[in-house]
Amino acid sequence: MSVGIVMLVHTALDRAEEVARHWTRGGCPVVIHVDKIVSNQTYEAFQNRLSDDPMVLFSKRHRCEWGTWGLVAASQDASELLLEKFQEVRHVYLSSGSCLPLRPVEELVDYLAQRPRTDFIESATTADVPWTVGGLDQERFTMRFPFSWRNNRYLFDKLVEIQRLIGYRRRIPHGLVPHMGSQWWCLTRQTLTAILQDPERARFDQYFRHVWIPDESYFQTLARLYSTNIESRSLTLSKFDFQGKPHIFYDDHLQLLRRSDCFVARKIWPHAGRLYDAFLTDPNRAMSQQEPNPGKIDRIFAKAVDRRTRGRPGLFMQSRFPNHGWENGVTAGRYSVFQGFTELFHDFENWLSRATGAQVHGHLYGPDRAEFSGGQNVINGALSDNANLRDANPRAFLTNLLWNTRGERQCFQYGPHDNPKINWHMSRDPNAQISVISGAWAVPLFKSNKNFAEIRAEAAALQKIESKMLDELRNPDVKARVRIWTMAEFIEAPMEPLQVIIDEIGQKSLRRLAEAPRLEDLSGFGQFLQNLKNQGMHPYLMGDFPVDPAPRNLPGGHRKPYLIKK
Amino acid sequence: MGAWQSYRLRIQRKRWRIRAFRKRRELRPVANRTSDIAPSDILLFSTQRNEGVRLPWFLKYYRDMGVNHFFFVDNDSTDGSLDYLAKQPDVSVWTTQASYKRSRFGVDWLNWLALKYAHDHWALTVDPDELFLYPFCDTRPLRALTDWLDASSIKSFSAMLLDMYPKGRIDAQPYRAGQDPMEIASWFDSGNYTVQKNPQFGNLWIQGGPRARMFFQDKPELAPALNKIPLVKWNRQYAYVSSTHNLLPRGLNQVYDEWGGEKASGILLHTKFLDTFAAKAEEELKRNQHYGASREYIAYAEGVRDNPDLWCKWSEKYINWRQLEILGLMSKGNWA
Repeated sequence: MSVGIVMLVHTALDRAEEVARHWTRGGCPVVIHVDKIVSNQTYEAFQNRLSDDPMVLFSKRHRCEWGTWGLVAASQDASELLLEKFQEVRHVYLSSGSCLPLRPVEELVDYLAQRPRTDFIESATTADVPWTVGGLDQERFTMRFPFSWRNNRYLFDKLVEIQRLIGYRRRIPHGLVPHMGSQWWCLTRQTLTAILQDPERARFDQYFRHVWIPDESYFQTLARLYSTNIESRSLTLSKFDFQGKPHIFYDDHLQLLRRSDCFVARKIWPHAGRLYDAFLTDPNRAMSQQEPNPGKIDRIFAKAVDRRTRGRPGLFMQSRFPNHGWENGVTAGRYSVFQGFTELFHDFENWLSRATGAQVHGHLYGPDRAEFSGGQNVINGALSDNANLRDANPRAFLTNLLWNTRGERQCFQYGPHDNPKINWHMSRDPNAQISVISGAWAVPLFKSNKNFAEIRAEAAALQKIESKMLDELRNPDVKARVRIWTMAEFIEAPMEPLQVIIDEIGQKSLRRLAEAPRLEDLSGFGQFLQNLKNQGMHPYLMGDFPVDPAPRNLPGGHRKPYLIKK
Repeated sequence: MGAWQSYRLRIQRKRWRIRAFRKRRELRPVANRTSDIAPSDILLFSTQRNEGVRLPWFLKYYRDMGVNHFFFVDNDSTDGSLDYLAKQPDVSVWTTQASYKRSRFGVDWLNWLALKYAHDHWALTVDPDELFLYPFCDTRPLRALTDWLDASSIKSFSAMLLDMYPKGRIDAQPYRAGQDPMEIASWFDSGNYTVQKNPQFGNLWIQGGPRARMFFQDKPELAPALNKIPLVKWNRQYAYVSSTHNLLPRGLNQVYDEWGGEKASGILLHTKFLDTFAAKAEEELKRNQHYGASREYIAYAEGVRDNPDLWCKWSEKYINWRQLEILGLMSKGNWA
């Protein structure tokens, strides 16, 4: 038989026993290393249970704390024992107690028999891969790490800092090029004995003893010296999360593991009974002759890491509450805000809805209620139109609305009557498209039937508010797509800016607007502004309106609007 | 956070622990089976008063999930639920006639029991009307979650309270003992929750849902808090501060990511709105033993008389945890 198994065990000994017996049933001898942390009593009981199997041996115990030399020493001793006691072994497969063989043992044996000279060990130079978590890549070979990372994190970090500061560097032994990779390898007898019987081994061991996480670099580096044929990949399927901890497999991963076509997977949850049953005791499983392909499983774990590190844009919830600037998208989707359009155009909302197919709301931040489209009181996600609820947290209202309506473009009206607190939040949101016709709030006043003194007071107040809003929108930190026109500017050629806005919303195919919104009748508006001026209130946000003649009106609905051809 | 504030929180935590220690005298053991507890057992803590109709399902739900031992404080029940609990083989139960309010709504009692029995155990603290959900709860037992949390060095796990309600009048369908309450109260609000940070304890303060939507329109800042941290790898130095909304030391409240990512989190399905609710609300109003001068119950009593239908066109019907995950109410984090 050509394959021998080295198994490093520190917990869930009963599962390790099951797996060991599975290997020996398939004809593979097993050498087990049990961590010194396991009590002698437990260890002896474990040894006794397996004493009936002559193919299982136990190697000298070491303390294997993560990131320290113990794991390498354990692998060395166990490999030596295995190679010595089982002369027919050609490949040594390093595994752990929580590894689970996914394919029948004979398949692994055949696979390796067909590749008698190949060493399967993931091994890459530190310069080329960004694998490491925590930034210690090249430095793990050139610094000293006397303090435990687990128990003495503070001292560990401080010492790294100090070594960086004073530029301390250990010398890498001559002839070694540091390589790193997964600690789960499968090496040939030739390569492994070359490493273990190297006359220089004492020197190398002395060096690696103080390297950080040597189990990911010792064999990976030395194999490069001796191997004639390295295949730089691990036969063990092992995925890592963003902190460098292995992902764990559970019962519900059964189908996923079956499809992975890998020989061995780790880490398996010790209580995942269905997995152990399915892969260890079911001999009639169809043999799959495909090349191992862990890629299928990658996606699901890559997604999990992405979820943990980047999250879902625009979501604020119990376990995601990003600091300012770290939202990865302040809101969940793009939206358009229109200020001054409903004042200037007759029935603007319905027109916009027809032109874009988007959901068009009224003044969502209106003083009385949130004017949802279609006059609804409650909208997606059971979001209420109540102004108190909304104003208790205006930003949450906006992010909730956009989260709830993901996939559907939202448009709404805004203006100086509305809750001003949301303006700043929208201005720094790249998803926002904000279009403002400044001064258009004067049109309803112009049409109103109020006393002029009231109109004057209100105009002054609105102008002040809108001026402040415009300042916010002109801040250098603004991330939204902001367009501001004065009213005078806008009505010179209204279709041109409208076309630009609609194109940018981009809901429908890029075609010319077939229908123009109807401009309110503005004759006499110039005089109205002049009256305000005469009363000492200078309206400036709407730009320059001549008193006479009245501003040009758009031709009525019968004539085709003037459009720019591209 | 400055050293002074940190010191004050430390003093506060000690105060809550001393208070819990004093309140231990109010508890009289009825059935103490704590000697059965194994070192790795998962424990559940709860207070209850006249919840007999809910208990059969509650116990079954959590036993199936993998809870090993239940701790109950019975607050002067009169419906026989105390005897029922005392008969269960995996339940330890204490009883008290003392004031619920003056035990800070049961927190002192449970802090004491946790201090005494939960050290180094995973402890789940829930009310009888709260059903805990976590990612993959349909395929993985609770121990899979706690093992994963242990491996990830995570000590506390959040689960937002999600108010469930029936379609139609709350009292339209009677709830029978042993029945899955989700069969009746199967609707919820999916996207009207607001989140703020509590600067003192570092926890999030979440409000919203049907209660805010229906009963607290005029004073949204008084709407009940929905943030909860029910699952904690307990240490005898810990103490819940206000219900299970937050605890000390404040690092345990850091159940959310601030740099754009999502941590894993669960949901507590809150099945308060069954036909038993109206009677309960009336009774609680009389006893005046609830939080904030029972203002919540006053608001309910008013709201319930007018129109007890919490359902609206945009209510979502509960399917499973994956649905809640997609809706962004809970998260898998990096657990896959």
